[in-house]
Amino acid sequence: MSDAPLLAMRHIAKSFPGVTALSDVSLTLHSGEVLCVVGENGAGKSTLMKILAGAQRADEGEILVDGTPVQIASPRAAERLGIGMIYQEFTLVPQLTAPQNVALGNEPVRGVFVDDRAVTARAREALDELGVDIPLRVPVSQLSVGQQQLVEIAKALARKARIIVMDEPTAALTDREIERLFGIIHRLRAAGAGIVYISHRMEELPRIADRVTVLRDGRVIETRDARDFPVEAIISAMVGRTLDAQFPALPAVPANAPVVLDVRDLRREPVVFGVSLAVRAGEIVGLAGLVGAGRTEIMRSIAGADVRDSGEISVDGKNVRIASPQEAIAAGIAFITEDRKAQGLVLGMTVRENITLAHLGDFVDRDLLVDVRRERAAAREKVDELHVRTPSIEQIARNLSGGNQQKVVLAKWLLGTARVFLFDEPTRGIDVGAKAEIYQLMLQLAAGGAAIVMVSSELPEVLGMAHRILVVRGGVIAAEFSRAEATPEAVIAAATVSRSAA
Amino acid sequence: MAVDPHVAAKERTAYWVRVGAAALLLVILVTVVNVASHGAFLQPSNIVRVLRQITYNCVLGVGQTFVIITAGIDLSVGSLVALTGVVAARYANSVPLTGFLLIASTLVVAVGVGAAAGWVNALPVVKLNLPPFITTLAMLEMALGASFILAHGRPVGLNSTDFQNTGIGSFLGGVTNALHLPNVPIPVVWMLVIIAVASVLLTRTRFGRYVFAIGGNEEAARLAGINVGRVKTLVYVISGSCAAIVGFLYMALFSSGSPQTGTGDELLESIAAVVVGGTSLMGGRGSIVGTFFGALLIGVLYNAMNLLNVDSYLQKVVLGAVILLAVVLDELRKRYIAKG
Repeated sequence: MSDAPLLAMRHIAKSFPGVTALSDVSLTLHSGEVLCVVGENGAGKSTLMKILAGAQRADEGEILVDGTPVQIASPRAAERLGIGMIYQEFTLVPQLTAPQNVALGNEPVRGVFVDDRAVTARAREALDELGVDIPLRVPVSQLSVGQQQLVEIAKALARKARIIVMDEPTAALTDREIERLFGIIHRLRAAGAGIVYISHRMEELPRIADRVTVLRDGRVIETRDARDFPVEAIISAMVGRTLDAQFPALPAVPANAPVVLDVRDLRREPVVFGVSLAVRAGEIVGLAGLVGAGRTEIMRSIAGADVRDSGEISVDGKNVRIASPQEAIAAGIAFITEDRKAQGLVLGMTVRENITLAHLGDFVDRDLLVDVRRERAAAREKVDELHVRTPSIEQIARNLSGGNQQKVVLAKWLLGTARVFLFDEPTRGIDVGAKAEIYQLMLQLAAGGAAIVMVSSELPEVLGMAHRILVVRGGVIAAEFSRAEATPEAVIAAATVSRSAA
Repeated sequence: MAVDPHVAAKERTAYWVRVGAAALLLVILVTVVNVASHGAFLQPSNIVRVLRQITYNCVLGVGQTFVIITAGIDLSVGSLVALTGVVAARYANSVPLTGFLLIASTLVVAVGVGAAAGWVNALPVVKLNLPPFITTLAMLEMALGASFILAHGRPVGLNSTDFQNTGIGSFLGGVTNALHLPNVPIPVVWMLVIIAVASVLLTRTRFGRYVFAIGGNEEAARLAGINVGRVKTLVYVISGSCAAIVGFLYMALFSSGSPQTGTGDELLESIAAVVVGGTSLMGGRGSIVGTFFGALLIGVLYNAMNLLNVDSYLQKVVLGAVILLAVVLDELRKRYIAKG
């Protein structure tokens, strides 16, 4: 074999309508090496990995395996090239056993029957290679998350993977399982595999990385040997940009503004462990933190979308009972969900029907029928107010662009008289113009005395649009910053570095 | 990027293409059949005959439409026709009432049984999130068994003749006779009234809007504060009640409540009427008027094939092919829109 690197990705570019996900990204991976790829949420890591896995095609650039240019047109092609993916969300069939999962799609047969003994032998071989022992006769759904991950890795090895991509492999593992995983990674590396390791956890990098590549805004910012790439330098490379003028000026919250939303000791195990927060009239509080830290779950519990285990919530000083979205709405809490397609909109309904959905009772006349004329007037008013670009309020929501769909979701919640607005990723996947409009709207709501909580994975957004920033890590509030104190470095450090490691 | 006007225009075009194509097909079909049957097909009396024949499956389909729009299914309606018919007959035979009071109270009893069965259908769906396919399948068996038990295995004949007018009488017979029009059977009037009421319920009330919202995106509906459980319960209650009305009408028609009535093709043909009428089995889309036309199309087909002396086994093949064709065309139409 030549000295060509195991894997080389050269000048990869990929864009989606309205967004450039990757531009001119190059990286190399050698045999016997662990390459860590880091970056903020949305930096382009997932897209890059999907291209490598054959789930998406790059618009430009080339991929070389062992120095030979290759086309990765499908997951199957990636597999044939020896690329094994270990996703955060496992791809196991929960009802099947570990050996059955390892063999899935490549079952050894004797005649027309699956050769069960060979299936088991093959899995055992792969697990021996990893130096681990797990139950082979039970459905994988009965295994722990760590064990399931081992099955995934065994599956990749059984398919002769030499390039193993792990996406946040430690996110759901216990400390002991993490130790075991690191042991396995060292073993695989010693055996000559190349490993691409994606992580948000800075403290892991010095322990396992040979080299670190930092992605930001779809570009490679820096690649260095891990030995001379201290964590502080990695973080500043990840953050990099200065806050530009895309955010409007935030008026100060009056000193005597009353507390509108008060949450005390909110628990929803196993993701939220005792969160307290108070938001005053006119105040915007940003919840920062990594995906999976518990931010969304905090919001969902306040909004009644999930039922919390314990904790008290009061609005305008009155304790409120919230066990369902209905009760939260009645208490004056509006929840603008993260995923507008899955949770925010009924895509097959019209703009009008979506806007009035949460307050349809207000449009029912004494004859028990919905007064469509009044409904139309209200919907039209909101569409004008929010500049929703739609040919008509009778347009089907599915046909609008992302930004305009998001505005329809907002319009739905502006129709009522909510006092508290919970924004979960309010600007994800929408264009710059619509973003600016949504920021303006948040300011208007705040100026009107509403209390606003915003979850955003875009750090500049949290820094630019919140009076106060609470950093969530592991289901608790790990740090609090005023707007003046908050720097990108400090927030990222609080979100990514556990206290024990810092 | 706002709405792609191209997509919007295509959607409009596609809609009119669909309406136009359907109308054209209908005209061609009717003309051909009419000519082939030497004019018998378009006789007013034949048209009324078709309406009378589709009444029962159409009313079942109306109830089913509500359920299917929420992305559910109600397999129990055929058995509920039998059960409610038997219960109604036994009730009518056991009370000392006559005339309007007897008829009205029997209807109330039948609908009460049907509604209760619908409520039971919905309970595990709502509380435990079990698939309605299973819960209503269980109800299908239970109701069928119960109706045989209650009827001692044979039809329960009505002692009273007060139901005859409801079952086989004509609506405003004096007027139609004076105008030399065919008599309109009373069950057909029931069907038309039920279609009108159900259509208003589905398109004009808050409940109706919620039915569509739940079928379109249940989670979004829940987060918008809609009591999803209550709405879902109601749709099964409506479906059970429609089955009860059919059970009652059949009882009045046959002067007896039989445990075998409704347990044949009724269930599947009513679902076929709903689907052919453009209601999506995936939920979120559909209409009562569509269901009526779906039932009408199936009724017209049968009627035409009878007039043309088509072999009755072949009739089934043709019906199946038409159902398949209808859903395939609808799917192609949707893809055409999606492609933009």
